Amino acid sequence: MTGVPDRHPHDVLVIGAGGAGLRAAIAAAEAGADVGLVCKSLLGKAHTVMAEGGVAASLRNADDRDSWQTHFRDTMVGGKLLNNPRMAQLHAQEAPDRVNELEAWGAVFDRTRDGRILQRPFGGHSFPRLAHVGDRTGLEMIRTLQDRAVAAGIKVYMECTVTHLLTWTDRVRGAFGYWRTSGEPVVFAAKAIVLATGGIGRAFEVTSNSWELSGDGQALAYLAGAELIDMEFVQFHPTGMVWPPGVRGLLVTEAVRGEGGILRNRDGERFMWRYLPEDRRNEYAATDEEASRWVEALSAGRQTDARRPPELSTRDNVARAIYTEVKEGRGSPHGGVFLDISYLPAETVRRKLPSMYDQFKDLADVDITAGPMEVGPTTHYMMGGIRVDPETGATTRAGLFAAGEVAGGMHGANRLGGNSLSDLLVFGRRTGEAAAAEAAGQDEVPQVDPVQIRAAMDDLAAPFGSDPGDDPHRLHEELQATMQSLVGIFRTEADLHEAIGRLAGLHARWPSVRVSGGRTYNPGWGLVFELRNMLIVAEAVARSARQRTESRGAHSRIDYPDISPAWGRKNSVVRREGEKMKVTSSPLPSMPDDLRQLITSE
Amino acid sequence: MPLVHLNVFRGTPQTEGGYVGYDVPVEEGMVVLDALHWIQANEAPDLAVRWNCKAAKCGSCGCEINGKPSLACKTRMSDFGPDEAITVEPLRTFPLVRDLVTDVSWNYEVNKRITPFTPPTDGDQADWRWQQEDIERVQEFRKCIECFLCQDVCHVLRNHETDRPFVGPRFLVRTAGLEMHPIDQADRTADLKDGGVGYCNITKCCTEVCPEHIRITDNAIIPLKERVADRYYDPIQIAWRKIRGGRSGTGGGSRAGESLPVLPGGSSTGSPPSDGAGS
Ligand code: SF4
Ligand code: SF4
Ligand code: FES
Repeated sequence: MTGVPDRHPHDVLVIGAGGAGLRAAIAAAEAGADVGLVCKSLLGKAHTVMAEGGVAASLRNADDRDSWQTHFRDTMVGGKLLNNPRMAQLHAQEAPDRVNELEAWGAVFDRTRDGRILQRPFGGHSFPRLAHVGDRTGLEMIRTLQDRAVAAGIKVYMECTVTHLLTWTDRVRGAFGYWRTSGEPVVFAAKAIVLATGGIGRAFEVTSNSWELSGDGQALAYLAGAELIDMEFVQFHPTGMVWPPGVRGLLVTEAVRGEGGILRNRDGERFMWRYLPEDRRNEYAATDEEASRWVEALSAGRQTDARRPPELSTRDNVARAIYTEVKEGRGSPHGGVFLDISYLPAETVRRKLPSMYDQFKDLADVDITAGPMEVGPTTHYMMGGIRVDPETGATTRAGLFAAGEVAGGMHGANRLGGNSLSDLLVFGRRTGEAAAAEAAGQDEVPQVDPVQIRAAMDDLAAPFGSDPGDDPHRLHEELQATMQSLVGIFRTEADLHEAIGRLAGLHARWPSVRVSGGRTYNPGWGLVFELRNMLIVAEAVARSARQRTESRGAHSRIDYPDISPAWGRKNSVVRREGEKMKVTSSPLPSMPDDLRQLITSE
Repeated sequence: MPLVHLNVFRGTPQTEGGYVGYDVPVEEGMVVLDALHWIQANEAPDLAVRWNCKAAKCGSCGCEINGKPSLACKTRMSDFGPDEAITVEPLRTFPLVRDLVTDVSWNYEVNKRITPFTPPTDGDQADWRWQQEDIERVQEFRKCIECFLCQDVCHVLRNHETDRPFVGPRFLVRTAGLEMHPIDQADRTADLKDGGVGYCNITKCCTEVCPEHIRITDNAIIPLKERVADRYYDPIQIAWRKIRGGRSGTGGGSRAGESLPVLPGGSSTGSPPSDGAGS
């Protein structure tokens, strides 16, 4: 049934149609490139729709004391200085233009009293900085970008999974995959390829991520010989739903805390007071009274001298606090803690957090205007990723680019909420433009290697082999259990060692996974290739975590509880050598003095 | 754990489709999508179903549950009686791909034909000031998650399997969102007429199934119908257009504060022709 695959040539091929992929595709098309955009789901369904809280940019609408310099500093401090400083700088400088541009493309953000884009506070941000639309900002962004991409005439390949990158001489020149709706193979030839496939959450048991986030881009880049950095930094979002079981892990937006939500343990204690890091304690309110003055000022749209509530500490810190409370027996009935916003007027809660209101009402029978929610940490975001050039998004492999969550460096050891939507706009655009320029410098439609295509077609057929083998779902469950229990919020040498061993065992079993049914829209079959990707990224996470003998940001080692100045000067690096994964480190990019001063001067 | 019986449609366009029964153990709080995932993980790994967010936010998992167009991730198992069988079928308005997955590409083609957002070419964006009250209606339309449940239920689309003359409620919602945008300059009235807004006979079935509770008929379709009626059938508006040179004042694109040629009683139904566009 499967003869020679259809072949689609493009100047620029973008893989992934979330915010970063769409923004890159638009930029490349506007730069004159002929662009193809491939996505595993239907257009507009990418995980960006789940981003709720907002997009961070120092627009200065809510507080004119804000500036790109402050945004830069907050980002670096939140990232425990492991961020690529140039990326953090470009991000802070360009985010306001990218947000305004969305408005000019039709996005309708919530407004301030004087009619400008409204901004809300978020953890780790010094000022209210997140432009938003209630708590469905991601949907607004993706729809705006989707409409723009459609108007630009970009060719979209929906429900198409890329399983292999194709190389020729020393460059990446194409991609191979299959149509999910028919199972037929398909080949793309491109002068430049942008990976924008998002995160890896599905390698963990409890995650806010959908089935799509299986580390595809990181694994494809790794297999093609590109470097990954800082893969140990996996963000566990402090607030996911913990009940009912079917929605365990589903995101509860940080906007709940941004609007004044209070965290309490079983005993009713506002425990975050106990977990504020000593060196930043002066940035937070000192008393309940000061925290509530801050919330009142926020509701009234006034500036205030009151400092922010302790719940708005950085995500890594809040996640560890909640985890510790639960572990020490002070958790809520379903193994989380309580998050309460019900002390605000019901009308305010419904207006500010409409989709949270619906989510708890529909899925958990909880009225968040009347009582607290139960929340606990959930695997949310990959700070590490493909090593990229800050200006262009170029990876270490010629012809291959990356933008958004799949790329590493921007967020260091911990990402601030709101910085991922701005990240994907800023670097999506830069990467799309650079890929178009790269393509313009290449003549003729690139060659694709028939031998690689043949091998890829054999790979697609293998899971239908008649010999008995493992069910991909079982392998996936074992992988998730391993990552959840051994490579989670708190890590130790022994656990990581054990995890690496188990992952090797799963890897050895992977070639013999077998599926039933045909090729048409067969999720079990698709899972096989996603499993390959998840096994690669899981190994990269575990090995990088074992190598980094310190605790920093989202990476917490019980056996190395302190931050290490030596490790603070190094990125972890993962690359493929033959069939083996090699984990090393490389010096952090140096920070110019003017930027360094922004961080040290208070 | 109690078992619930699910009848799930399985099949492809090439094979005779049919219902396959599965007994699924239910936990508290479980939704139909959880049950389908349980079937995938335990009995039928190749069961085809679309989903992404599991939180009623992406609009992927639309199907018909006991005959009603629904999101599988939002339909609680506890909504059904303990002995009630649950039947899950694909959206019937669109061609079958396999099992619960249908080919919804027609919608994406229709979408391409809508005149995109058209901001003014002059003026400075820094001066844009929109009040929250003025954008609330547009924000209502922009909540749409493109689940196509409204398209599925609309009898006009159901009755025209091919050569559909009507864009369907989803795209009237999108058009309304553009037309009522505070600064949009385009005029989509002619497209609306061609897109068959007249086919809608206001049964409101679409509004009933919308998981985002968008008041599709009252807030989007009726005002759009009125614009078309004003433009094509109202002598006062036609006269006004001649004076102004082509544009109907009730189309989008009027800036807040600019006086609108909205004439009382000027629409065919007697209600105000527009409810949000900067008036
Ligand atoms: S109200 Fe109109 S658009 Fe909605 S279902 Fe009825 S006929 Fe279709
Ligand atoms: S208008 Fe409502 S029912 Fe129709 S596609 Fe949008 S969200 Fe779905
Ligand atoms: S899975 Fe996203 S709406 Fe149901």
